[in-house]
Amino acid sequence: MVLTLVLNISLGQVAIPFKEVIKSLFGSSASKDTWEYIIINFRLPKAITAILVGIGLSISGLLMQTLFRNPLAGPYVLGLSSGSSLGVAFVILGAGALPMVLSDFLLSSYGIILASCLGSFAVLMLVLLISKFLRDTMTILIAGLMFSSFAGAIVSVLTYFSSAEKLQKFTFWSMGSIGNISWQNIFILLVAVSIGLLISLFSIKSLDALLLGENYAKSLGLKIKKSRRLIIFATSILAGSITAFAGPIAFVGLAVPHLSKLLFQTSNHRILFWGTILIGAIIMLFCDMVSQMPGYDFTLPINAITSIVGAPVVIWLLVRKNRLV
Amino acid sequence: MSNNKNILTTTNLSIGYQSKSEENVIAKNLNLTLQEGKLIALIGENGIGKSTLLRTLSGLKKPLKGTIHLNNKELKNYNHLDLAQNLSLVLTEKLPPSNLTVFELIALGRQPYTNWIGKLTKDDLEKIKEAIALTQIEHLSEKKYYEISDGQFQNVLVARALAQDTPLIILDEPSTHLDLFHKVSLFKLLKKLAAESNKCILFSTHDIDLAIQLSDEMIVMTENNVVQDQPCNLISNGIFDTLFKDENIKFDSEKGRFMIR
Repeated sequence: MVLTLVLNISLGQVAIPFKEVIKSLFGSSASKDTWEYIIINFRLPKAITAILVGIGLSISGLLMQTLFRNPLAGPYVLGLSSGSSLGVAFVILGAGALPMVLSDFLLSSYGIILASCLGSFAVLMLVLLISKFLRDTMTILIAGLMFSSFAGAIVSVLTYFSSAEKLQKFTFWSMGSIGNISWQNIFILLVAVSIGLLISLFSIKSLDALLLGENYAKSLGLKIKKSRRLIIFATSILAGSITAFAGPIAFVGLAVPHLSKLLFQTSNHRILFWGTILIGAIIMLFCDMVSQMPGYDFTLPINAITSIVGAPVVIWLLVRKNRLV
Repeated sequence: MSNNKNILTTTNLSIGYQSKSEENVIAKNLNLTLQEGKLIALIGENGIGKSTLLRTLSGLKKPLKGTIHLNNKELKNYNHLDLAQNLSLVLTEKLPPSNLTVFELIALGRQPYTNWIGKLTKDDLEKIKEAIALTQIEHLSEKKYYEISDGQFQNVLVARALAQDTPLIILDEPSTHLDLFHKVSLFKLLKKLAAESNKCILFSTHDIDLAIQLSDEMIVMTENNVVQDQPCNLISNGIFDTLFKDENIKFDSEKGRFMIR
């Protein structure tokens, strides 16, 4: 992880010698001011965001997979990201209809985070409500997909009626990006992700019990409703806040928990939790490096890279181990 | 009756389902007594309500009327954790897919006793080891639970319930899908556990002939009546004849098993 972190910071559109990178990271000034500026104000925040995003999405995927007892669950598949998109679309595209003070607040980063969290939370609640009536977990996933296309449709309607300027803002958000995030916003993201992770940490024991199914978990003294609420809350704060800042990032939430399950060969959440954090951070840093290969003067959308890099890895692991849990 | 301690008693218990407008009573006025050190079989035809009774006794479902006392305390007054330390379950439902090893699965039985993150203490490990030894599955403990046979898996579930270290264990049809050999060895294991560790073990089953031979007491559920007694008394009272409505299935009280005419 440290290796990918340093590599990530060292590589970028402007070639900066490795030694200078280390220098500016540890406080002593680099030989060129611009280098130092790039590193401190551009690359370091981006790397930290990558780590937070990778960790947060992966853990929320792990929580969902255990809670829904389904290996296909993840923030993206279950419509959480679409819910966030819908929330953000409402705020960015619909804020014009509201009074000035309110729209100013909503368009600030706090407003977008709040909208994004609420959006993902609403979808998650709907999915859970439906899952009460549907016994089959496959149907729950289909319901999630339906929500996600429903949310997508509303977003389309909203975009149809909005101005070009607002539309551009929303489109950029939805392509997914972990660059251009200020230190202040990183701090907000850090707080949100930390809260989510802390709750997840306290849910480890319940998650382990849930591996036996809900009735067994209950017979082991688990307060099932309370644990479920906590897990859902953690998931939506993680997926919601990350989606707010970085846009809907595909694949990481689904793939990383599987990678860590396959690599560590366990279902024990005390191991998986840390494994998932580690792999999530590494994968995201790696994808970010790929998205802005040195020597090219463009940056690919991170969303594309996560899938291009991640999908083959998971398929390769699947073929090798022939089992997905 | 012997002077064994009562583990679970029901008083005028009615079980069934409550919907908005009506009650669907499955059985009423149940007065059952489950004692320590006894292996008790619950039998009855499909759909008669065995699972509902077990679910009610284990607190997964509320009774319609009457009370259930577990260790002299009313069941509804237990909190989650206390109940988990007094009652463990083996259910029919399949486990969700996971990578759990046999050992980890059994270790989950210690959850009611572990700290917030589920760390196993020396005492916990001791209990797990004991459960594994009693069920004789030492050789399986590092395997994944999906790699073992159905018969071995039943033993693992029993071991998990043992690790939970409760005076009462309730099993819902543990012998389904097993061949005769594994059925017998499972029932013998349950009998041994009841006798040696002085636990009270209640299980539902369709293997009536085996239950007659191996259990200490039986609870027979029919549409109109629920009877609890020792197998030999049940035979001499002709209870088994009322079990199935079909004229062609007759209980042969001399051979102690059902015959088809």
